[in-house]
Amino acid sequence: MEVIMIILSGILIAASVYLILSRSLLRIIIGTSILTHAVNLLLLTMGGLKEGAIPIYDKHIARYVDPIPQALILTAIVISFAVTAFFLVLAFRSYKELGTDNMSMMKGVPDDK
Amino acid sequence: MSLLHLAVSLPFLGALLIPLIHYYNKRIHPGYFALLVPVAAAVLLLMSGQVSQSVKWMPRIGLNLDFRMDGISLLFCLLITVIGALVVFYSIHYLSSREQLGHFYTYLLLFMGAMLGVVLSDNVLSLYLFWELTSISSFLLIAFWHHKEKSLQGALKSMLITVFGGLMLLGGLLTLVSIAHTFSIREMVMQADVLQQSPLFTTAMVFILLAAFTKSAQFPFHIWLPDAMEAPTPVSAYLHSATMVKAGVYLIARFTPLFALSAQWIYIVTFIGAITLFWASFNAVKQQDLKGVLAYSTISQLGLMMTLLGVGGLGVYYNNQPVFYAAIAACVFHIFNHASFKGALFMVVGIIDHETGTRDLKKLSGLLQLMPVTFTAAIIGALSMAGVPPFNGFLSKEMFLTSMFDSKSGLFHGPSLVLLLSLVIIGSLLTFIYSVKLLKDLFFGGPPSVDKHVHEAPLLLLLSPLLMVTVVVFTGLFPNILTPMIDSAGQAILNKHVAPLHISHWHGVNPALVTTLLIFAAGTVLIFTYQQWAPIYSVQRPNWTFNYVYEKLLAAAESISYRLNNKVITAGIRSHLLLVFSALIVMTVVLLLQAPLNFGSWHLSEVRSFELILVVLILIATFMVIVAKSRLFSIIMLSAIGYAVGLFFVFFNAPDLALTQLTIETISTALFLMCFYHLPKLSRYEETMPFKLTNAVIAVGVGAVVTVIALMAYGHRFSPSITEYYIKHVYDLAHGKNMVNVILVDFRGFDTLFESTVLGIAGIGIYTLIKLRDSKEVNHEQTKK
Repeated sequence: MEVIMIILSGILIAASVYLILSRSLLRIIIGTSILTHAVNLLLLTMGGLKEGAIPIYDKHIARYVDPIPQALILTAIVISFAVTAFFLVLAFRSYKELGTDNMSMMKGVPDDK
Repeated sequence: MSLLHLAVSLPFLGALLIPLIHYYNKRIHPGYFALLVPVAAAVLLLMSGQVSQSVKWMPRIGLNLDFRMDGISLLFCLLITVIGALVVFYSIHYLSSREQLGHFYTYLLLFMGAMLGVVLSDNVLSLYLFWELTSISSFLLIAFWHHKEKSLQGALKSMLITVFGGLMLLGGLLTLVSIAHTFSIREMVMQADVLQQSPLFTTAMVFILLAAFTKSAQFPFHIWLPDAMEAPTPVSAYLHSATMVKAGVYLIARFTPLFALSAQWIYIVTFIGAITLFWASFNAVKQQDLKGVLAYSTISQLGLMMTLLGVGGLGVYYNNQPVFYAAIAACVFHIFNHASFKGALFMVVGIIDHETGTRDLKKLSGLLQLMPVTFTAAIIGALSMAGVPPFNGFLSKEMFLTSMFDSKSGLFHGPSLVLLLSLVIIGSLLTFIYSVKLLKDLFFGGPPSVDKHVHEAPLLLLLSPLLMVTVVVFTGLFPNILTPMIDSAGQAILNKHVAPLHISHWHGVNPALVTTLLIFAAGTVLIFTYQQWAPIYSVQRPNWTFNYVYEKLLAAAESISYRLNNKVITAGIRSHLLLVFSALIVMTVVLLLQAPLNFGSWHLSEVRSFELILVVLILIATFMVIVAKSRLFSIIMLSAIGYAVGLFFVFFNAPDLALTQLTIETISTALFLMCFYHLPKLSRYEETMPFKLTNAVIAVGVGAVVTVIALMAYGHRFSPSITEYYIKHVYDLAHGKNMVNVILVDFRGFDTLFESTVLGIAGIGIYTLIKLRDSKEVNHEQTKK
């Protein structure tokens, strides 16, 4: 299962990179969201999958799945949510201000010589 | 604090104090205070005797003020201080009180101190430090009239070329330090034989040569010196004839016992010197600007000194053949002579400029009756420069030619000897032509075509040049008064005792004398037929000059960096991302190629069918996001991915994650949909095939390298996990049963604290973005319409 999950994460990363390289701001934001999912899955997978019980302590259970990656991912989810929300509002504002969401239009103008 | 250190620090002290004195006391010309400095420094230097004195500065990196006085240093110190005093005196009467005099004397004294430091330093790092300080103060002095465009250009050019040379010097000196393991020049010279065995010897040699050639305006780096003539004339007289431009000559002389063991050094120094001598004297003849003539003449005389040092290096190469030591003696003698007559000539030119208001040779003529005293000074200086007896220039020119003829018993024979002799003889001929032609054009013929009423300059302005030509005549008539100094300087250069030397005017009929007589005859004929052969100068195409090359190089550097900047820096975020991703791919692939792929051993869990279904679902949703044409569809597909990931968390025994993921995904989707109305339509700007293909290749590359790395990492576990500790103590230490929650708020609570902070900051940021606006903002959408 782990191999499948790693390959899936790789595909998700490829898709997100493809989206991030596009010129539309909305597609870039979607790309970063997918990248978050891919990384979270990868984090979880690297700890090993389904090797024990749910990490709720019980005297009779000797083996649990690794709780550390879960804690890390929980933090990551919240942070990425904050960033995505901010990014989205930024896109909204810049579209209102600049009248475009084409990234190639947003680059700096070269200085006059 | 020793006498030497006191002498070197005096000018720096003066540079600090003189603007202050000038600020509080406007009645006395600040030059009189500045005059005290070189006089006091000269006295101190003469009192010190031949010594080595050291003051620790930064011993850990080897930078100490180790000063050492020997023959060659003494000669240069006297030139710097005595000519410095004369130049300061001259400048008192030359510069009007409306100029920024405080600045002028600060720069000049800064230069004087730096130059003393250069010629006294035995420590290579302090030598480099003072060397760069001469470049900087020279830059400031050339640009003294900074409102003139040409001054700024000249200053910039000299700065670029000499600082390039300065950096080469640093490279060369540090290379020597790394071979010899000492910072002292004297100790390096003592291990010359060992140094020569090192593979870095040639590198150090090239660096040092570049440093000396740029500073001393040797071919083809001579182009900065004519442009530096935009400086005030006292500066030209001091820096660009007598002192700074000889720093390169000093450097070559100083390193001769070290490098002259190699034949390349001798060939390069001799021939670059000879080419410079020829080329600059050729160009000097056609100059229409008085200072232009003197600038090219200075370059050519510096070439002459280099040639002599090259031939004198044969004495080191053949170890103890006194016939070649004569070249070193001639060089030292000529350094002295050139400083005396060229300083005087610059001051004379400054006086003519001052009294007539022009330096243009076309407008000036017939000044003999109008300015007889100036004429006297000029004729002595120019005839000495031309090598006419009985002045000192004749003596050093004779010694020069004798040394050149003697070089046939050394490395030079066959074609190289013929080339060398023809270069120096034609160069000497041209020197005679421009010197005498300068006198003829300036002082003879009809009255000058200038507006001013021309009359003789005040005596105080004339005093400095008159004193200098007195030296020219005196050392011309009694040259042997200088022999002790020449001997000790020669010893310092060659690092061994040189046979005592006797200079005499008449030394029998020899090749040198015959050549000189031929030069006089041919030169006189050529001067009077100048109009017939002048067209030779229009043969050279305007594009074939080194100035043109320099300007092209500068323009090319500017346009290349401008275009590079435009291509890379301002090219937009996509090209930056392409660079970053490509670098990631390339670096990973290169690393992976270093070692065979090793995936280790995987502990795999079993695959369940509904997990596979979920995988397929995610793949389909991802594909849909990429190909989606409407924004609503792509947002929904994105949510599908998010929910599927949440389901994975359920399957993989992570209830807290699943809960959070599902909640957050819902909120995100809601947020997307809330903004939906305001968000732009999903535009597909990248519909061209090459664009998509590039993106796809990069994307697949990044995905592949991440997959490979992850697979490799999964198979290797080098140390046991710390999880066991948390599992063991979650209940007895933290009194909780939910391990994830206990880790978040108890074991690793700080993460959670700052994660909450991030959330808060994002909230404030969003609020700011929406609420706060610049009141004067222009609505772009409206202005467009």
